[in-house]
Amino acid sequence: MSSIPTNLKYLESHEWARAEADGTVTVGISDHAQNALGDLVFVEVPEVGRTLAKGTAAAVVESVKAASDVYSPVSGEVIAANEALSGSPELVNTDPYGEGWLFKLKPSNTAELAQLLDAAAYGKIVESDG
Amino acid sequence: MGFKTPLYETHVAAGARMVDFGGWDMPVNYGSQIDEHHAVRSDAGMFDVSHMLIADVIGPRARDYLRHVLANDVAKLAEPGKALYSCMLNEAGGVIDDLIVYFLDDAWFRVVVNAGTREKDIAWLKRHASAFQVEIRPRSDLAMIAVQGPNARRKVASLIGDHADQALALGAFFGRELAPYFISRTGYTGEDGFEIVLPSDDAPAFWQQLRSIGVAQCGLGARDTLRLEAGMNLYGNDMDESVTPLESGLSWTVAFDPQDRMFLGRNALEAMRAQGVPRKLVGLVLEDRGVLRSHQRVIVPAIGEGELTSGTFSPTLERSIGFARVPKATTGADVQVDIRGKLLNARVVKYPFVRNGKALI
Repeated sequence: MSSIPTNLKYLESHEWARAEADGTVTVGISDHAQNALGDLVFVEVPEVGRTLAKGTAAAVVESVKAASDVYSPVSGEVIAANEALSGSPELVNTDPYGEGWLFKLKPSNTAELAQLLDAAAYGKIVESDG
Repeated sequence: MGFKTPLYETHVAAGARMVDFGGWDMPVNYGSQIDEHHAVRSDAGMFDVSHMLIADVIGPRARDYLRHVLANDVAKLAEPGKALYSCMLNEAGGVIDDLIVYFLDDAWFRVVVNAGTREKDIAWLKRHASAFQVEIRPRSDLAMIAVQGPNARRKVASLIGDHADQALALGAFFGRELAPYFISRTGYTGEDGFEIVLPSDDAPAFWQQLRSIGVAQCGLGARDTLRLEAGMNLYGNDMDESVTPLESGLSWTVAFDPQDRMFLGRNALEAMRAQGVPRKLVGLVLEDRGVLRSHQRVIVPAIGEGELTSGTFSPTLERSIGFARVPKATTGADVQVDIRGKLLNARVVKYPFVRNGKALI
């Protein structure tokens, strides 16, 4: 059973978003997603300063098997990207909610955060995913 | 729901991630695909390859028949047990499938064909069989387990009792009936090892015995990275009915001599040779960061364009490698690959990339 922390919000496409105390939002992919992808070997993170609309392809995670787009859960400006993943993409496998974060945003519309799935709703999607 | 091998329940119980492969429910990995890959390169790993079809070719004219339907020449097989890799071509020279054929005795050959093509292969083989009065006998009663790696043969030998010496004495690309097993020194990983054919009912127990002596369970994911590092083609990716072996890095498997052997597809291949083969398959190593994948566009400066047919991250080399079909005139080493709109630098290299655990590039 994959881990789904209750303090995070989720997208149906398996991204998570965490509202930080300073008003920024950190984004990554869920434990279920990393497990389904298998060993990650390459991660392409967005450039700092890029403006993302909610739902746009912002990053790419590639496992040995395949490449997958990562969508931005909310709109905003990229203020940090996890450069450690360039040398250690496997951090996404070993610590998807911690060291394996992908990028941080300064959200332009905080109301979008409330529209995301909570852990219970996301858990149901994971269950039906098999 | 797809077809299931006799080891399906074994894989599910072991926690394998199951995927559809050519209509079969097969394990893609049992955890870390990269760990499975390294197990084969450094020790021993095993693969359920029971989805492939074994078919026996029976009849006094079996050799003549196979000399007609295969592009490689089974006349090369002088010693019983010897195996040969060959393409089976249509009249246009397109590749229907690639296969291994074993010479067992003068009236008995055995072929092993791909899972995704088994129905059309059998139909094709049967269609040409009557003229030679041979019988094509699919052996769906058999399972097959590939055990590969530097310690694979020794580990298998420890489980087969009286047969151990005979199995260990097998030369490369030889197989032998050692009842209830048919054991061959063949594989698809670039490592030494055995492929073991056995009655379907015996397969789960044999698999568990292999596990108990430390042979790693490996899925189709590791099988693909291993074969690509080993420079081996995958049917459906690197060749299919739309291309000839001459454009697929498989010219070495086509026996044009003797000139009077009229194998199926020969006329088309000779016509292509006379006009000039337009394309060739090359190995690529990505110099920039990223991962090569099939169907990515390859730009050959001043020559033209080609396309990736296979691509992956190589766990042994820790960089991305692939095969590409490019214009025959490609001679330089530097090409570019279009990955999501960015042109990344790649280098044309000779393959195999890895053999017997060692990097060759």
